Amino acid sequence: MMRASRNHPGWWAALGHRLSGLALALFLPVHFLVLGLALDSDAALDSVIAWTDQPLVKVAEWGLVMLLTLHLGFGLRVLALEFLPWRDPLKTLISLGAGASVLAGLLFWIVAL
Amino acid sequence: MQDTADREEMLTVEIWRGREDGALQTYRVPRRESQTVLDVVTWVQRNEEPALAYRFACRVGMCGSCAMQVNGKPRWTCRTHVSRVAENGLLRIEPLANLPRIKDLATDMAPFFEKWQGARGRHEPTRTRHEPMAPVSSESPARKAANAGIECINCAVCYAACDVVGWDENYLGPAALNRAWTLANDERDADKAGLLQAVSQSGGCHSCHSHGSCVEHCPVGLNPTAGIAGLKRMTLAALMKGEL
Ligand code: HEM
Ligand code: SF4
Ligand code: SF4
Ligand code: FES
Repeated sequence: MMRASRNHPGWWAALGHRLSGLALALFLPVHFLVLGLALDSDAALDSVIAWTDQPLVKVAEWGLVMLLTLHLGFGLRVLALEFLPWRDPLKTLISLGAGASVLAGLLFWIVAL
Repeated sequence: MQDTADREEMLTVEIWRGREDGALQTYRVPRRESQTVLDVVTWVQRNEEPALAYRFACRVGMCGSCAMQVNGKPRWTCRTHVSRVAENGLLRIEPLANLPRIKDLATDMAPFFEKWQGARGRHEPTRTRHEPMAPVSSESPARKAANAGIECINCAVCYAACDVVGWDENYLGPAALNRAWTLANDERDADKAGLLQAVSQSGGCHSCHSHGSCVEHCPVGLNPTAGIAGLKRMTLAALMKGEL
């Protein structure tokens, strides 16, 4: 059961950060493997580019970029929290700022696709 | 809220009985105006369950002895109004999380206080009582940082709310580290090196993930996360200067 004492923005941000971090650790090797293949030869590159035209792969790559923006946003939130001198109102600002940066990342990548 | 003689409003109250292997027991408690959660527990003890074990002393939010889990959240029960926490007339009252249980609502606070010592949470004086008092400007940044954290009442609400305390039995926890932060900013403290050593050991300030559950729940509005972040910066600076 979800502990009631965890239901606040800081905790959800930390959960998002951890899950996105773990997902990145799983997906990045695959991502680099694909890039590595592309560097190997022209034929491989072409086939990889053809492969990336598939909608499913596009969605996967988009997910990877989203994870990175998400993780970056939450990571910057932690760094701001720990390295900037702050008191209470700043905490809300930082949560909002992190949320906004994540949203901006999301929008950017929807447009880029 | 009004009490009428013919149809008294009642609360359904579940209270933890026993030790770790106990169970919730349900009581019906009359609703009163301006009733606190501690009032509810006391009503049960006086009217239904004389053997119910729980702690309180001051009843005004000074002593820090009355903290319990109320509907899943750690709270100071003497200053928590039923009207703010009851969900459809239901209260679930359990012993404070992250601490060994002794009986019913009483927990063993020893690990909590031992960690204050672990964080070197005591003043090491620079002067004896025979010397004049040290002049400390209330305007200095260090004094302001210390002042922001000194009103802690040792209630362990933050300790019960912190996930890292639950994961790592060596973690000193928000209250002890907050106390260390106030001392680190006290120019009358004689052993800053020892203090920074104590808080940077394994289970010290660097174990904190800045979740902020402590800030969220501290009943007197302290901000242990900010103090712990301050300790992280201070220990890092000391390390880079070769002082740690
Ligand atoms: C790109 C590959 C990356 C991977 C695989 C990754 C993975 C992780 C993982 C698993 C954690 C542990 C989370 C936790 O303890 O709750 C973490 C924490 C962290 N990451 Fe990343 N990360 C990556 C990139 C980044 C970037 C670009 C930043 C931001 C500049 C960043 C900043 C942080 C910070 C500050 C933490 C500490 C969070 C905490 O104390 O809970 N990371 N990362
Ligand atoms: S900010 Fe640190 S001390 Fe406070 S609840 Fe989170 S992990 Fe625990
Ligand atoms: S910091 Fe706040 S919640 Fe923690 S023990 Fe002190 S008063 Fe209680
Ligand atoms: S009884 Fe003293 S703080 Fe609640």
